Amino acid sequence: MNGSLSLRNRINTTVRDIPRSGIRDFFDLVTTMKDVISLGIGEPDFDTPWHVRESTVFALERGATHYSSNLGYLDLRRALARYVQKTFGAEYNPEDEVLVTVGVSEALDLALRALLNPGDEVLYHEPCYVSYRATILFAHGVPLAVETRAEDGFRLTRAMLEAQVTPRTKVLMLNFPNNPTGAVMNRAELEDIAAFAREHDLIVITDEIYGELTYDTPHTSIISLPGMRDRTIFLHGFSKAWAMTGFRLGYACGPAELIEAMMKIHQYTMLCASSLSQKAALEALARPEMDIGEMVGEYRRRRNFIAAAFADMGVECHHPLGAFYAFPSVAKFGLPAKEFAFELLRAEKVAVVPGTAFGACGEGFVRCAYATGMENIKEAMMRFRRFISGR
Amino acid sequence: MDELLRILQTNALESHENIGKMLGVPAGEVTRRIADYERDGVIRGYQAILNEDGLGLDKVTAVIEVKVTPQREGGFNTIAERISRFPEVSSAYLMSGTYDLLLFVEGRTLREVAAFVSERLSPLEGVLSTSTHFMLKTYKRFGVRMHPETPDERLTVSP
Repeated sequence: MNGSLSLRNRINTTVRDIPRSGIRDFFDLVTTMKDVISLGIGEPDFDTPWHVRESTVFALERGATHYSSNLGYLDLRRALARYVQKTFGAEYNPEDEVLVTVGVSEALDLALRALLNPGDEVLYHEPCYVSYRATILFAHGVPLAVETRAEDGFRLTRAMLEAQVTPRTKVLMLNFPNNPTGAVMNRAELEDIAAFAREHDLIVITDEIYGELTYDTPHTSIISLPGMRDRTIFLHGFSKAWAMTGFRLGYACGPAELIEAMMKIHQYTMLCASSLSQKAALEALARPEMDIGEMVGEYRRRRNFIAAAFADMGVECHHPLGAFYAFPSVAKFGLPAKEFAFELLRAEKVAVVPGTAFGACGEGFVRCAYATGMENIKEAMMRFRRFISGR
Repeated sequence: MDELLRILQTNALESHENIGKMLGVPAGEVTRRIADYERDGVIRGYQAILNEDGLGLDKVTAVIEVKVTPQREGGFNTIAERISRFPEVSSAYLMSGTYDLLLFVEGRTLREVAAFVSERLSPLEGVLSTSTHFMLKTYKRFGVRMHPETPDERLTVSP
């Protein structure tokens, strides 16, 4: 061999052809700068509740350092089934309908790989979390993006789905409350979507990681609607509501056959989620209303503040109802979203994420996370106002 | 509790305009409601939360457990109010358990606090006994940790 070995050609073509996350370039630039106020962080600024951290240390001392069963500790699955029943409104058998995973990301990957044959289509709505399209492609599926719009409050409608569905469509993916738009679907709107899924005989994968974080009305889960539990894989985890991102702990609930299929992949690739994180999750479920209640109140005040600040400066922003993101339109300033974000960063050292990182229809928008302290948000809004005042 | 009070407890210096934005009400309404709370005596003052350990002050704080005899009329209130009037007493609480009143007493030196206890507090009619503990270091006051927080270790941009 002459050393001209081309490794690029050896890489799986699907992997090779998927661009890396649009957030990555931005992150690389931000890390070179000092004194940046970041509204670009998709994780809570709150500390993990102390009782959770303290009991994780105790679990470590007690020796929770071995494998758990593939599905996860049974006492955790029992607690999860109770929590899901109480909070999201459907019953699951902890013995075979709950699977503990390494974050919702793994659960989503498992669900898609368990369901899709090459060429099966997956309907999902954009703007959406950065991984959805890539995860569908890695599972050899065909992504069908449905574009949601600011004028609809970034909600999904049946008409949008009907326009895209084909006989090859197998799965519908939902994410409400939504990252990056903060959109929420109410019960009546979800009933339309549920009817669509039933009539087209689709399996629904619903990522409800932000389910606890709604500010005006309680969250409705599609699993609570008639007939939906039996065709839905429900995904949830501890990252957002308990500020436990680094624990990497999520879970899936669904009909036993689907959970069994997901468990097989999980068993051969991951074996089990971290035992320590599972112990932490069990503790987190001990008093969720106390841990989450405080945070929700604070997020609501920040949401109100940031929405009022954008209104004050004449920037259009649909009213975010959940998660911790505002998604204002910056189209009128004449720059593509990515350039707007770069300029704002260079001129005022405020980091926001260009909407295009979340799908092509995010053009003209930027995502501003309010998972940062009120002082930062106030300063960031002042700088944002200064930045746009000359434009 | 009223969310307005919760915000003031976090930052009493927050502008009424900003509080209005957080609550979704006009700034004028915030001003009016705060004035009402002040007039009704719900809000009794505004103070800075200091990290006094860093100031090198000549100051000691003692926590004093006091056993008292309740009065025939007025119960614990008469004696508690009487003790509270001493400017050395910064806080006073009626407690359940093995003693009755818990006092926070401040002085310039240990000797000064000891003198307060032996010359002012103990001789009061109704005071049965006292137990004095001196504070060595403050880790947290009014919900605020006094020592440098760990820096934000989150990635600056994440999905």
